[in-house]
Formats: sequence, C-alpha cells, structure tokens
Amino acid sequence: MSRLAGRFAELAKEGRAGLVTYVMAGDPDAAQAQAILDGLPAAGADVIELGLPFSDPMADGPAIQAAALRALKAGASTRSALGQLKKFREKDQTTPVVLMGYYNPIYIYGAEKFCKDAAAAGADGLIVVDLPPEEDAELRPYAKTAGLDLVRLATPTTDDKRLPIVLEGASGFLYYVAVLGVTGTRSAVTDEVSAAVARFRKTTKLPIAVGFGIKTPDGAAAIARNADACVVGSALVQQVIEGPAAEAAGRVHGLVKALAGAVRAARAKRTA
Amino acid sequence: MTQLNSYRSGPDERGHFGIFGGRYVSETLMPLILEVERAYTAARKDPSFQKELDYYLAHYVGRPSPLWLAERLTKALGGAKIYLKRDELNHTGAHKINSCMGQILLAQRMGKKRIIAETGAGQHGVATATVCALFGLSCTVYMGATDIARQAPNVFRMKLLGAEVKPVTSGTGTLKDAMNEALRDWVANVENTYYIIGTVAGPHPYPMMVRDFQSVIGRETREQIMGFEGRLPDKLIACIGGGSNAMGLFHPFLDDKDVAMDAVEAAGLGLDTGKHAASLQGGRPGVLHGNRTYLLMNEDGQIDEAHSISAGLDYPGIGPEHSWLHEIKRVNYVAATDDDAIEAFKLLSRTEGILPALEPAHALAHVARIAPKLPKDYLIVMNLCGRGDKDIFTIGERLGVKL
Ligand SMILES: Cc1ncc(COP(=O)(O)O)c(C=O)c1O
Repeated sequence: MSRLAGRFAELAKEGRAGLVTYVMAGDPDAAQAQAILDGLPAAGADVIELGLPFSDPMADGPAIQAAALRALKAGASTRSALGQLKKFREKDQTTPVVLMGYYNPIYIYGAEKFCKDAAAAGADGLIVVDLPPEEDAELRPYAKTAGLDLVRLATPTTDDKRLPIVLEGASGFLYYVAVLGVTGTRSAVTDEVSAAVARFRKTTKLPIAVGFGIKTPDGAAAIARNADACVVGSALVQQVIEGPAAEAAGRVHGLVKALAGAVRAARAKRTA
Repeated sequence: MTQLNSYRSGPDERGHFGIFGGRYVSETLMPLILEVERAYTAARKDPSFQKELDYYLAHYVGRPSPLWLAERLTKALGGAKIYLKRDELNHTGAHKINSCMGQILLAQRMGKKRIIAETGAGQHGVATATVCALFGLSCTVYMGATDIARQAPNVFRMKLLGAEVKPVTSGTGTLKDAMNEALRDWVANVENTYYIIGTVAGPHPYPMMVRDFQSVIGRETREQIMGFEGRLPDKLIACIGGGSNAMGLFHPFLDDKDVAMDAVEAAGLGLDTGKHAASLQGGRPGVLHGNRTYLLMNEDGQIDEAHSISAGLDYPGIGPEHSWLHEIKRVNYVAATDDDAIEAFKLLSRTEGILPALEPAHALAHVARIAPKLPKDYLIVMNLCGRGDKDIFTIGERLGVKL
C-alpha cells in the first residue's frame, strides 16, 4: 500500500479526519525550512504538502505568494525542494508528502525526470494547480510509472457533469478547494463544504481532503467532522513572518499542534 | 518553411497550435473557460452577432481605419514603398478596442455584469473602460504599480471613464503580475465576471478569439491595398507585445505565400544584455497564464522580468500562435531596441506628422532598417497600431525635456 493510502486507512480506523499541513519549500531560508518540515509530524501533521516555489503563483493569495518569493530570494529552486524532502525522509519514512506547485518549473525540469527524482526523494504524490485533467496527459504517465499519485482538484464550480472528468484517473485523494478564490483569502462555509463532500462521496471512494479557506483550529474542526482531511496552508505560512526568522519553526509547529488537537477532537465532540 | 494546406486552420479543438496553446488553468476556472468557448463558438456562427459587432466598429470605433501611403517616409528612407495601417485612429487610440468590442458583446450574451482586465501600457485598460462605459458595465482594471507610474495619463483616463484601477505590487509590478492578479480576481468571482484579456494569450479560446476580433485589421488591409496597388503587399510588419496587433494584420494573409511577415519584439537595452522583452528570440517554451508558449525564464522555470521602454511590449511571454508560426518559420521574428524605437518615433513625427505609440515605433524601427535596401516597387504594410500621445512623458524624459 502507498504511504498515502496507508495513512488514510489508519485515519479511517481511528475514526478521525487527518490534518494536512502546507509549507513552502525553502521558506524563509534553507535551514529554517528544513526545521519547519522536519518537525511537522511530531506537531501533529498527518500528511504534508510541500509547496514548490514559483514566481507567478496565479492560484495563491498574498501569504503564499510572499512565501514563494521569500524562498526564491533565499535561493530555493525545484531541485532544492527535492533536496529538502530527501533530508526529511532520512528521519521520517511514514508521513506522506505531496508536492504542490505549478507546471512550468516541472515542465522545465523535465516531466519524466521530475517524477523520477521526486519519487526518489521520497514524494508520494503531486498536485499541479494549473494542470487540469484536459492537459495532464503530459505528466500523468510519468507520475504513474514513478509510483506518484497525481491528486486532482474539485472546486465549487465542479458540477455533476464535470465531476466524472475530474475523477477519471484521480488517485491518492480528492482535493476539494472549498472556496471560490485563491488561497488564504475567503473562509470556507461549513454547510456548503458538507454538501459538496456528501456529493463527492456518492461518486468516489477516494478520501476527500478539504482546503483553501481553513485558518483556525475551530475552522479546521468544523471541516474535520465530515471530510477525511483538512488542509491548512496560508495560516501556517503566515506564521513564518510573524516574528524572528530564527524562531519560525517554533511558531509554525505551535499552530500545527493547536490545529491537530482541534481536528482530533472534532468527531469526539460531535458524538459526545 | 513547413508546407501545410493552410496556416489559418488552427487551433485544434483543444486550443493547441502545434505544441503551443492549451488550457493550463486551475480547476475553478476550467468550467468557465469552457463556457466562454461555447459562447464564442455560438456567437461566431451567429450572423446577428457579427452584424452587431460591425455596427459598433463602424459607428463607434471608426472603422475601417485608413491605409496611408507614407510618401515622405518612403522618400526619406529611399527604398521600399511604405503603407501605414492607421489603427491609431481608432477611438481610444489603438487597436485594443477591436477586441474589447467583440469581447464585451460576448460578455453580454453570457449575461455577465462585471468586467475585469489587465493592462500594461494602459491602452487595453482604456479600451476596456471605454466599452464598459458604453454598455454600462462595472469595470476593474489591474495594472502593475511600475506601469501606473510610467503611464499616468492612461490611468487618469480609465478613472474618468468610471473604471476602478487596482495597482498590483506583487512580483515585479508589471503586466505579467497584473495578469496574475486578474486571474486571481476571476477565480474569486467566476459567477458574474467576464475577463477581457488584452492580447492573443491566455487559455483557449482567448488566443483564437482575440485573433479573430483583431483580424479585421488584416481583412481591411487586403481590400485597401488591392484598391491602391491591385496586388498584395510584399511584406507585413508589426510589433509584438503579446502579439494581438500582429496576429490581426497577419492572419488573413497567412496562406498567401508571397506575402512575407516580420514581427518585431522589444529588444530593450539589447538582446545580449538580458534586459529585453523578446520571448521568441531570448526565451524558450514553457507554461504561463493558461498556455504553453515561449517565455523569458531562468533555468529553474521561474519567470523573468521583461524590459522595454514601451509598457505595452513589456511582457515575458507571447501568444501561442506566434510561437507556432515562429517554429514553422512562417513569420520572421526580429527585434528593435529602446533607442531604435525612440529614433523611429522622431522619424515618423517629422516625416508624416504622426506621433506613433512606442510599441509600433519598434515596428517602424525595423521598417527603417530594411526599407532603404529594398527596391522602390517593394510594398511594405506596417501596422501603426497606436498613437503616441500616451508616451510623450516617457519620450520627454528620454530626451531630457521636462513637461
Ligand atoms: C499601441 C499598442 N501596440 C501594441 C501593444 C502590444 O500588444 P499586442 O502585441 O497584443 O498588439 C500594445 C499593448 O498595450 C499597445 O498599447
């Protein structure tokens, strides 16, 4: 079983949702970024999304845009992101890591070589924001050969007609983008998310992770009652600049702990 | 040159011109992009849509624009016979309104109430704000903070027209960042908003649709040159930002194999300085803003900043159809520097009494370079796609004159 499938199976057994934490590779610098990444599992992350920095992140709001530019300014690249993951894997072989980014750096790296190198570095899946099902044939076969799940996104605009196109060939989990908009701006509305999750469950057995617009432990708990996982990104990335750079890891892990506590308690609370 | 049955049949149904083009957008936008495509396909086949567009082009924009035999310019250069396609005489002063008019009619067919746009020089922003005022739709224009500073008159114009101009400070504060920000707005407002893209770039169907709307330039030119000369021109010349005025002039002639075409990219401080906006001559294929095309970028695929004195050419990409025409060698892509453009600006002002925009001044610089060596019966048509009033402050600064 892949690390992702294994982790979602464990979560199902425990009867709780998972916490997916997004951090930007190389942000704010190589050393702090490594410390941030390495400490995520102990702080309570069930799955990690590692952002690949890109100069023009069209689907991201100000927090993640700024993080990408900080990382690039500090010398990060697609290659260094894979290096960061490799180091992480020396200490952690169980936490699934999904690389999330934009297609151009992957295309320039070489789609086939990227998939190979990403798998060798210890990645379990890929999310490529600007590569919809209509265009991902140029990456999918290489991801498959390398044993990487290519995670598909569904959004509030993915209606019943389009859903089968999104699900066709989807693997790992289905990522539901809970708001109309870029990362870190609007807040997800719990009722709408529950309805969407229920709709997806009728058509797919894939675990459903919900992200974009989840900022606080309470917000995460609300989503965790229905979804298989909730994803928090901008709020964590924002912690990087909320104080001295040398203490960035501590701040990020502090918020992860709070989020993990809320997510773990979410369903217990409902049945109590 | 690759031999094809037709150079005018692209793109395929998925929006690809060879390996270029496509629909590289986030899932949120995908259904909307497909909706735009459906609506455009229907409108294209509907004679009443074309009739309505023709009405506005004739009575509001002022088309057809004249084809002008530039006799004093021809004489000054001493070679080829030079015609100027006067799209700078359109209402709002550039070719941009051709496509804005088509797109706003489409947006209304789609029932959209709010319009967004990106702009570099401000010409597309002004044209968008203009058609929004004409039809009473709300208008938000994203413009890089750097560009706002160097195109102040157009910013004020947009505001007078009732548009909201949102400064973009992210990234480098130029056209590419304005386009990122417009895409972010669109993702958040898909239900009621239509995005009027200003050039032949973006996800399918935009490159095709904007080209179709701009092709009125080439269709008129064909008729007009036949009237003057009884034959087609030997060469067409246009400048390239994203490539819409060039596609508009070129497309109706692509299958006329005796008509050569030169497109002029902005060489900024020089192609070998790294400070330019020549995506085809200094870049390589990549994926940005919804399509695969030639882009300026570093070895990691991070997009580079473009450099040009002309805000309208200051974009690190180019429309995908141009990338294709470049690779199959149907169109010849050349470059002109900031300095070349300034010289050309002065030349046209004094020989013809026309202040060209800095964008077509790049095309003119190329005309001035090649015309003297060509025979007197060699016919050149250059797209004079914008007027220079918006640029007088930039030029004044260059020439050390305080306005
Ligand atoms: C007058 C003028 N010409 C040319 C351009 C470049 O765009 P395109 O290459 O799409 O014609 C602009 C863009 O703002 C412009 O204002």
